[in-house]
Amino acid sequence: MTNPNGRFGSHGGQYIPETLMNAVIELEEAYNRYKNDPAFNRELSELFNEYAGRPSRLYFAEKMTRSLGGAKIYLKREDLNHTGSHKINNVLGQALLAKKIGKTRLIAETGAGQHGVATATAAALLDMECVVFMGEEDTIRQALNVYRMRLLGAEVVPVKSGTATLKDAVSEAMREWTSHIADTHYCLGSVMGPHPFPTIVRDFQSVISKEIREQILAKEGKLPDAVIACVGGGSNAIGSFYHFIEDRNVKLIGCEAAGRGIDTFETAATINTGRAGIFHGMKSYFCQDEFGQIAPVYSISAGLDYPGIGPEHAYLHDTGRAEYVPVTDDEAVCAFEYLSKTEGIIPAIESAHAIAHAMKIAPKMDQEQIIVITISGRGDKDCAAIARYRGEDIHE
Amino acid sequence: MNNIRSAFENGKAFIAFITCGDPDLETTAAAVRAAVENGADLIELGIPFSDPTAEGPVIQGANLRALNGGVTTDKIFSLVKELRQDVTTPFVFMTYANVIFSYGTERFLSTCRDIGINGVILPDLPFEEKEEFLSACHAYNVDLISLIAPTSENRIAMIAKEAEGFLYIVSSLGVTGMRNEIKTDLASIVEVVRQNTDIPCAIGFGISTPEQAQKMAKISDGAIVGSAIIKLLEKYGKDAPEYIGEYVKSMKDALRTTA
Repeated sequence: MTNPNGRFGSHGGQYIPETLMNAVIELEEAYNRYKNDPAFNRELSELFNEYAGRPSRLYFAEKMTRSLGGAKIYLKREDLNHTGSHKINNVLGQALLAKKIGKTRLIAETGAGQHGVATATAAALLDMECVVFMGEEDTIRQALNVYRMRLLGAEVVPVKSGTATLKDAVSEAMREWTSHIADTHYCLGSVMGPHPFPTIVRDFQSVISKEIREQILAKEGKLPDAVIACVGGGSNAIGSFYHFIEDRNVKLIGCEAAGRGIDTFETAATINTGRAGIFHGMKSYFCQDEFGQIAPVYSISAGLDYPGIGPEHAYLHDTGRAEYVPVTDDEAVCAFEYLSKTEGIIPAIESAHAIAHAMKIAPKMDQEQIIVITISGRGDKDCAAIARYRGEDIHE
Repeated sequence: MNNIRSAFENGKAFIAFITCGDPDLETTAAAVRAAVENGADLIELGIPFSDPTAEGPVIQGANLRALNGGVTTDKIFSLVKELRQDVTTPFVFMTYANVIFSYGTERFLSTCRDIGINGVILPDLPFEEKEEFLSACHAYNVDLISLIAPTSENRIAMIAKEAEGFLYIVSSLGVTGMRNEIKTDLASIVEVVRQNTDIPCAIGFGISTPEQAQKMAKISDGAIVGSAIIKLLEKYGKDAPEYIGEYVKSMKDALRTTA
């Protein structure tokens, strides 16, 4: 799917300072060397299976299916992975790769804290130094994850610039990388940024759709009718979609964070409200004003609170292969509560955006049809924020 | 109007960077005139961007102050038009790729030609992506300035061969900002540049004192200063132009004695 120059249609590319060019070229060469190396892949599979707990379950949500009264619902349980989200898949891959090319230090950005926790975990396991950049706003929203990262031995740097959220954490991590190229790998957490990151992250996350495919064929003897995942940068979504892209009958649906609604300024729905632009190393769609200033986006979910989307998603949108729908804060919170009560599974507020959309479309579908929803992470981290959203002030 | 090369015909060049609209456009106009009157050979006019990923805290602050003050690309075009009534010193825009792309590449660069902008510098546009803007730059006679970094190594010759206007040599790893010490072996970078092109090269990032400027100009064709000037704007606001004039004079005087 990736062109040699890192393009997905017109999207992607490498719009980064000259200082970083040799670093991304080195990374691309290393990745091409190791991606088909049997020893590297054995080591990575071992980490996936023995350490992260893969394969993750594809769970038939029978009560949810009955309650919605339409399509059969399966949940891909990435929330059951070690560290509690899909982020570990990419991080183990990148950390192992970084180690192979002699880097001793990992830096990362994080929004909700899940990618930061995963990176801090891999760094602890592989004896690497770790610094995580997190918007100051998010360090407050996700205080528990800040503690988890420190407990794992990472340094957490609160980012005060700009809107003090995920995009500013990415900018700060990029700035840090330009000053410490020799020993440091920037472990980007989503399918975004300059080539080769969108491809590398997608490949490590594509284990999700590889497993879904095998599991659903074993359970149902056919492919699903729809695969639904939440989209910020889009790593769990591309991971969930990837091995179905050629199967035209499988609908691929990405759920964007609409915040308070796509007709308000308090939204992070990039495909639905943004336009083409160049930012954070890539050409893609971005929320921006008429002069190209990046918009201060908003979502209840720190992990989806990003003004852009990965270039491969932009391409899947352009070609009509995938559909990107907006889901509001309110719909996501209702879905968060619904899944907790119906299935006894507390999803991450990010994943709740995908559940909310499934709740809209499943009742209109036939009982023979199948929806797979990726539960990208678990929701423990969100309980305090959702309680506050409902007017209940609890202290973590 | 002078072209970029003329900036390097008056001994070693002093290049001043000013973020447009910090704290307002009247101050920018006065600061540009003060810099030019005191010997600046080329002015880099920064069009602020919401997320300037190549900048350190000082210039980030200037971007933020300017945007909060309500400056836009169109207002900056009007400022340049006004300055061009009496200022003939070469001007280049320094901004980020999205500012041009989002405005419409053709529309942006044709306006540059109309108002008298000689070049553009885009820190997030490496050699591999320059085709994005190059044909429009050529169509409207605007030089697309290339940067060379301490990590460029095997890329220096390739970049220098196709460079236009002047070459911007980044002195240090990391982002813009003042530095006590510049450790990169810049002389050997310049040597490779000289083997591959005749266009002038100037060094920027981290330069703030006359001594540093002299040292940099000794091995290249000029020095670029941004953060030190922005610091004056941060400190003195609307009163900064007077101090900027004095500062530019001290820097250019130091360069005049540099062979």
